[in-house]
Amino acid sequence: MTDLTDLGVAAIRDGFRAGDFSAVEVADAFSARVAAAGALNAFLIETPDHARAAAERADAARAAGEAPLPLAGVPIGMKDLFCTNGVPATAASRILEGFVPPYESRVSQNLWDAGAGMLGKLNMDQFAMGSSNETSAFGNVLSPWRRSDGGNAALAPGGSSGGSSAAVAARLCPGATGTDTGGSIRQPAAFTGISGIKPTYGRCSRWGTIAFASSLDQAGPMARDVRDCAILLQAMAGFDPRDATSLDLPVPDWEAGLSGDLRGKRVGIPAEYRVDDMPAEIDALWRRGIDWLRDAGAEIVEVSLPHTRYALPAYYIIAPAEASSNLARYDGVRYGLRDRPDGGGLQDMYAATRADGFGPEVKRRIMIGTYVLSAGFYDAYYTQAQKVRALIARDFERAWERCDLLLTPTAPSAAFALGEKSADPIAMYLNDVFTVPSSLAGLPAMNVPGGLDEQGLPLGLQIIGRALDEQGVLNACLAIEERAGFTARAEQWW
Amino acid sequence: MAVDQATVARIAKLARIAITPDEAARLAPELDNILHWIEQLGEVDTSGVEPMTAVIPNHLRLRDDVVTDGGIRDAVLANAPLAEHGFFAVPKVIE
Repeated sequence: MTDLTDLGVAAIRDGFRAGDFSAVEVADAFSARVAAAGALNAFLIETPDHARAAAERADAARAAGEAPLPLAGVPIGMKDLFCTNGVPATAASRILEGFVPPYESRVSQNLWDAGAGMLGKLNMDQFAMGSSNETSAFGNVLSPWRRSDGGNAALAPGGSSGGSSAAVAARLCPGATGTDTGGSIRQPAAFTGISGIKPTYGRCSRWGTIAFASSLDQAGPMARDVRDCAILLQAMAGFDPRDATSLDLPVPDWEAGLSGDLRGKRVGIPAEYRVDDMPAEIDALWRRGIDWLRDAGAEIVEVSLPHTRYALPAYYIIAPAEASSNLARYDGVRYGLRDRPDGGGLQDMYAATRADGFGPEVKRRIMIGTYVLSAGFYDAYYTQAQKVRALIARDFERAWERCDLLLTPTAPSAAFALGEKSADPIAMYLNDVFTVPSSLAGLPAMNVPGGLDEQGLPLGLQIIGRALDEQGVLNACLAIEERAGFTARAEQWW
Repeated sequence: MAVDQATVARIAKLARIAITPDEAARLAPELDNILHWIEQLGEVDTSGVEPMTAVIPNHLRLRDDVVTDGGIRDAVLANAPLAEHGFFAVPKVIE
């Protein structure tokens, strides 16, 4: 019998329906693998009972001859940014110490309603602020990948969804939720050789997802391949009246629409993404991606997105500004940590609680946000950034007159070693250079693995689509997946 | 403009984050560096451009003005570091 933890979402779903194995067998196999992978530090909380309870319901429903739910028998990992009823939610921050949500986020509820169970809550960058998972208050996540040079340098799994990427790549779960504000699904997926899609802003409800930057935050799935992502996204997405920016649209059957035939599609190659000092291997992968898409029938066209270089600085005004407002709620009154100096009053309690509870990167961003929103600076920073954001969105609109999709690298490098960039905030921010523009414009975008670099580390390609064209994005990624033949996986050392 | 220690102290106060003078001294060049980097946005000609307010065209929905939730006081208070007599409790603010 095959090792059940080698199976992806579709294979588990189909095998369970065919009666090849029980849902409980699957849940227990993954829970055992999670329990044995403590060295990766991918999970903050393990919830084998949650996974098993969902599996028992699936098995009972199958025995009773009921029609199976879409994700019956499939256990998943949940990024610890989602509120889960009765299970702690930390956002990887000490400030939420002791917080147990009395309610369920819409995205996680949708997954449970579809029959999935939860293996545990996944580590991440604190409040999703980071690109390497090094800002977690609960320790770094280690990528399951290592360089082939024989060294044992611990590598970053990417961030902020670094627990999700490491867990999927290490086969601790067949799929996981992620959230993406400026690349937090796509960059970690690229670093670990898995797939991950950020849907159009508004597809997945933000209700019950701990907020970072509300105009950018979107949930999405991370899994081993394109089909698995389509299946999970279908379950996660959907209109929610409790989120004012939720899109009141039906959820398409993306899995049924999957096709790697790109005849009639035009794919744009944005000139501005050819950044200085891009590693030759990433440039070479980009060219191979062009060949693969052409082979799938697509026409390749050169396009220009002239404001690309201003996307990162605009993002680092808008996201911290929204974060400084969103994170004002952590005041030691209603939930989480409270710290009060001896004899201190209410204001002292606020300041001490926030000083102790937030990590350095979170404080840095709150302070930048507070600064750019402060009296006298608002127009020069925030209003100007929102105008530049409008120009970035206009760049994409103009590109769509010439093409249907865009192909770019996902990240400017393969996974770096832990500690390599953490001393220089701006060097870390530059990691999101290819993912931030589509976030600012709210567009669907996906990472698909393309190959390995000379050191044996995964490299990814990104497809960006028009608003609401997740199908086009998934299909182009499928065409790449079918041609890239990416089967490499991290050798188990943990 | 340069961010000095006094500016950092002022921002920290606005953000309700306690910092020591040492931390302010360390943060000043760091924040100054980041703010200089984002100031390149000033180069972009944005005359006649409306600031973006919604990334995806969407209408703001209204719902009926009725109570849809409530009666869950204990659940609301369950996570409070300190709750007394059915209220959140904080240090005394009025002498």
